[in-house]
Amino acid sequence: MNLAYRDIKYNLLRFVLTNFGLSLLLGIVIMITGVYGGLIDDALRQARAANADLWVVEAGTNGPFAESSRIPGDTRELVSRVYGIERAGAVTYQSVQAELNGRPLRLFLVGFEPGRPGGPSKLIAGREILRSHYEMVVDRSAGLKLGQEVPLGTRGHKFTVVGLMREEVTSSGDPVAYITLRDAQKLQFELAPPAARREKARGGAGETNDQINAVIAKVSPHVRVDEVAAALSRWKHLNALTQAQQETLLSKYVIERARRQQGLIMVLLVVVSAVIIALIVYTLTMDKVRSIATLKFVGAPDRTIVGLIVQQALSMGIFGYFAGLALVLVFKPYFPRRLVLDPESVGIVFFITIGICLAASTLGIRLALKVDPAEALASSG
Amino acid sequence: MAATGKEPVVRVEHLSKHFGEGAARVDALRDINMEVFPGQVVGLMGPSGSGKTTLLHCIACILEPSRGRVTLDGDTVYEDRWLKSDLRRLRLDKIGFIFQYPNLLPFLNGADNVALVLDLAGLNAKAAQKRAVELLDYLEVGHRKHAMPRQLSGGEAQRVAIARALANRPRIILADEPTAPLDSARARIVMDLLRRIAADQDAAVIVVTHDEMILDRFDHIFRLRDGRLEIENVTAATSAAPV
Repeated sequence: MNLAYRDIKYNLLRFVLTNFGLSLLLGIVIMITGVYGGLIDDALRQARAANADLWVVEAGTNGPFAESSRIPGDTRELVSRVYGIERAGAVTYQSVQAELNGRPLRLFLVGFEPGRPGGPSKLIAGREILRSHYEMVVDRSAGLKLGQEVPLGTRGHKFTVVGLMREEVTSSGDPVAYITLRDAQKLQFELAPPAARREKARGGAGETNDQINAVIAKVSPHVRVDEVAAALSRWKHLNALTQAQQETLLSKYVIERARRQQGLIMVLLVVVSAVIIALIVYTLTMDKVRSIATLKFVGAPDRTIVGLIVQQALSMGIFGYFAGLALVLVFKPYFPRRLVLDPESVGIVFFITIGICLAASTLGIRLALKVDPAEALASSG
Repeated sequence: MAATGKEPVVRVEHLSKHFGEGAARVDALRDINMEVFPGQVVGLMGPSGSGKTTLLHCIACILEPSRGRVTLDGDTVYEDRWLKSDLRRLRLDKIGFIFQYPNLLPFLNGADNVALVLDLAGLNAKAAQKRAVELLDYLEVGHRKHAMPRQLSGGEAQRVAIARALANRPRIILADEPTAPLDSARARIVMDLLRRIAADQDAAVIVVTHDEMILDRFDHIFRLRDGRLEIENVTAATSAAPV
């Protein structure tokens, strides 16, 4: 006879209401897991989207994501000539904030050379950039439509959205947009007209804007990537990072602080959940002291009583977990940043929940085992 | 107590129980001797604090005496220390307990409250249900087997509690003020029921009570005062003449 099930069935409304509250709490734990997964996934996607074997950046830097990197525009031609390099493309990266329909629009702009590595990998709508100026391919999370014009830069050039991608955002959640390298260089390095006039009046020649942040290179499959990287690093003004190094930089260092913050929030939530579950189990056990005393009196072994408490704690945890997961899945599309719930992390949260329930039930078990069977008599007046 | 030619089911010899030590010592039971034979219904009476409930707890093996000997169904369970390691099993197999209030588990229906004890004893679910329903029918509450405790009247709930106490066919039935929450008519019905059970199952029934209205339903009455067995009466139920 399953006493835990019978008790839950008898107090169904209380069980459901208690679990609804618990499911909200566990839903937040799952959500933070999703945010954490999204943070890492977005960071890696950013690097993986370039489909690079090698990242050639300014010497002494870990650019272009971890820190600033500026190299001359002709570096791509130099890199192309190195033995083992199959293809190379120059890229620039910059964050911009435009205003569209009275609302701020944050974008992470990638300038690339059409036809060379570094451009958008897969479109879900529209076409690739064909014109050399003022066209844009953007992630759909920006909320832009095909054909829509977006004013960018100090000179107010309007870029037309010609293609849409999905799930290409930065680790901070900003949508990625691709434009041509020339346009990107203008946006990044061209001074605003008043500033340019002042620079001219000062007699300055003005810096060339033929600068890039990195060169993305594809290496021949017959040549070892690290050998090519070593060869490129011999140039004093350049540093070459392999794709694996770039991913490590992004996932471990660039988002380290955010990762630790979310880790801390998750640990705190797990502790809070454990305390709340323990209190619920304790309260439920307190409510059953008389029944437990009666059970002991009529000869129920301790395992029956421990089973009653543990099974109820587990039922609560499992119900709360799946209800929380369902809530997160329902509201996931409306969440302001991308949640990545991979089976592994979702499974880990499940087992943590089970662990919490088992740990939390010890408080109730302790109380139940202390109940004197004679209380069945004492309580009877 | 009068001999019946049978071995007593409950034998208590020189039983003492005290709480605390030194100046705080309270002697709850002092040198109690009693025997209860199969088929007998005996009353344990006395004013509050006289030690009757303590004595019942000692016989029920939920309270360890301080000294003496307790023999249940021919098996000495206590002789200056517990001689049995599994008192829970002993209670389950040999003792049925009827509380003042039914103390039914609120989340089990009438039949399940009875079947639970059989389930704990290791009987399979189907056989436990069958026996539970038989017992409820025997106690004339079979029609309420699916009712939850809160849906039962006081008398019905007490009958279900009695059925639970009888489930494992115990040789000893202990009842703590079973008629206290009932009116006199229902109290007499419950006592008649206990007499019927004692006779049918050849069990010894010990009832703690304050209720003077049911004295004639006992074969013997043990009166306690200040932890001592004061008087042992044989009542109208057997010979009407006090010993």
